[in-house]
Amino acid sequence: MSEAALERERAAKQPRSITTRITHFFKLYGWSYAFILPSMLAFAIFILIPVLWALLISFQNYDFAWDGTWAGFRNYINAFTTEDGAFLIAMRNTLYYTAITVTANIFVALLLSSLIQGRRKFWRGFFLAVYYLPAVTSAVIIALTWRWIYNSEFGLLNYLIGLVHIAPVRWLSDPNVVLNSITLSTVLAVPATGVVLFNAAMGSIPPEFYEAAKIDGAGAFRRWWHITLPLIKPTTLYLVVLYTIASFEVFEKVFIMVPSGVGNSAEVMITQIYENGFQQFRYGLASAQAFVLFLMIAAVAIVQFRFFRTDVEY
Amino acid sequence: MALRLTQRNATQLRSLKRIRLVPWIVLIITTIISIWPMYWLFVTALTPTLFAIKTPPDIFPLHASFSNFQRLFSQTADYWSWAMNSLIVSLSITAFHIVFDTMSGYAFAKKSFPGRTILFWLIIGTLMVPAYVTLVPMYIVTRNLHLLNTLSAVILPGTASVFGIFLMRQYIQTLPSELLDAARIDGCGELRTFWYIVFPLSKPAIGALAIFTFVRNWNDFLWPLIVLNNSTRYTLPVGVASLQGEFSTDYGIIFAGAALAALPMIVFFLIFQRYFLEGVRMGALKG
Repeated sequence: MSEAALERERAAKQPRSITTRITHFFKLYGWSYAFILPSMLAFAIFILIPVLWALLISFQNYDFAWDGTWAGFRNYINAFTTEDGAFLIAMRNTLYYTAITVTANIFVALLLSSLIQGRRKFWRGFFLAVYYLPAVTSAVIIALTWRWIYNSEFGLLNYLIGLVHIAPVRWLSDPNVVLNSITLSTVLAVPATGVVLFNAAMGSIPPEFYEAAKIDGAGAFRRWWHITLPLIKPTTLYLVVLYTIASFEVFEKVFIMVPSGVGNSAEVMITQIYENGFQQFRYGLASAQAFVLFLMIAAVAIVQFRFFRTDVEY
Repeated sequence: MALRLTQRNATQLRSLKRIRLVPWIVLIITTIISIWPMYWLFVTALTPTLFAIKTPPDIFPLHASFSNFQRLFSQTADYWSWAMNSLIVSLSITAFHIVFDTMSGYAFAKKSFPGRTILFWLIIGTLMVPAYVTLVPMYIVTRNLHLLNTLSAVILPGTASVFGIFLMRQYIQTLPSELLDAARIDGCGELRTFWYIVFPLSKPAIGALAIFTFVRNWNDFLWPLIVLNNSTRYTLPVGVASLQGEFSTDYGIIFAGAALAALPMIVFFLIFQRYFLEGVRMGALKG
C-alpha cells in the first residue's frame, strides 16, 4: 500500500468536524442538487403541496373560506347526496362514456395500425400524419365543430340522415340522446396516439416470427391473432390505461357542446367538480369529489394492470 | 385446357385484387371521418354566416370569403391579445422545461446522490395524480397572492409538469458516460459539461419535449378558464370558447376565431411532423 493511500485511510478514520463533513457533502453532491433544484421547487410548490392540501380541504368545512372546523367525512357523503345525487349520475355518465370510447378507441387503433402495417413507407407516414393532425388541435375547437355538426336545424348530421329519410334528431338538446352524441364524437375521432404506438410496436416484431408461421402454413389472420396480438400486449395495456384516464377526465367536450347542460343527462365528473368548486365555491365538496374521481382512476388502473399483465419478452 | 387455366387465374387474380382493395377503402373512409371536423372548421370559417345557416349545407366552400375574419377583428377587440397571451404562456413554459427538465433529467440519469431514487419515484408517483385534484388549492393560492387575471397565474403552475423530467432522464441514460468522464478529465466544469456536452447531445429528446410542451399549453383550457376572468387576459382557447357566448348563433364569426386559433398548431405540426410522431413514440403521455 502506498504512502498516500495510507494517509487517506487515516484521514477517513479520523472523526471529522461537522463543518468539514458538510463541505465534503456539498463538494460531492452540490451540483447534483443544484441541477434538480428548479424542477423540484416547481414540483413541490405546484404539485406535491397542493395535492396534500387538497386532501386536507376535502375534510374541512371550506366554502370559499375555511371556517376553521373539520368536516370529517361529511364532504365525501355530501359529494354523493347533494342536488339529488347529481354526482352519482355524473359518475354513471362518465363510466358509460369511458366504457364505450375506450373500447372503440382501442379497436379502431388496432384495426388501423394493422392495416397500415403492410403499406409502403410513404403511405404509412401519410396516414399517421393525417390521423395525428386533429390531435394537435385544441379540444375546445374540436368540440365547437361537433356542436355545429350536431346543430338540429342547420347541422351537417341532420342533413345527412335526412338524405336517407330519417327524421331530424335534437342531438344536443334531447336528454335521451345528448350523452350518446358526445360519446359518438369521440368514437368517430381516430385515436392518433394509439395508432402511432401500435404501429411502432408492430414494426418492432422480428419478421422471422411471421416467416416461420408462414412456413408452418398459418394464414394472415392467424398470424395476426397468434403473433401480433400477444406481442403488442404491453402497448395495449398502456393505451387502455391512457384512454381510460383521458375519458374519466372528459371536460371540454361537455362544457363546450352543452354549455348550459341538459338537466343532468350530460353531466360528467369534472363538470360537477368545476361547477361545485368554481361556480358555487364549495371547495371542500369539490375536493372530496376530485379525490373520489382520483380513487376511481387508481382502482381502474390497478385492475387493468392485473388483467393485462404479461411476461412476454422478445 | 391452357385457356381454362388462364381464365381461372384471371378470376383468381381479380378476386385477390378486390380483397387487396378492402384495407385501402377502410383507410380512406377513416381518413375522411378523422379529418372531417378539421375540414368543416375551415369551410365554416370561410363561409359567410348567411350561407352557413341554410339547408342543404354546402359541402364545399362555394361562397368562400374572408368576411367572417373581417367581422371577427372589427367586433372582438381582444383577439390579438388572446393570441399574444397564448404565445407568451406557451413559450415561457416551454423555455422553462427545456432548460430545467434537461438539467434534472441529467442529474437523475448520470449522477448519484442521496435521495435520488426516492425523489424519482415520488415524481413518477405524482404522474398518476390528475391535475384537477390540485385545482382548488391552486386557485386559493393564486387568489391569495393576488395573481388572478394575470398570465403568471397560468405560467407558474405550468412549470410543474414532471413528464419532461422523466422523458429527459430516459433519454440521457442512453448517452455514453465515458464522454462525460472524458470532459471532466479534460478539466470541464459541471456547468460546461452540461452546456457543451449533455445539452447538445440531448437535442432529439429536447425537440420532442419542446413541441409537446408548447402544444399542450397552447391548447390548455380548464386552468386558464378558472384563473382568467378578464377578456384582455384570455388565452386563445378561453377566448374562442367565450365567442360562443357572445355570438351565440353567428357561426361564421365563432369559426373564424376557432380556425385562426387552430391554424398555428396545424402549420407547426406539418413542419415538425417527424418530431411529433417520434415524440409520441418516445413515451409521450398525452396527445
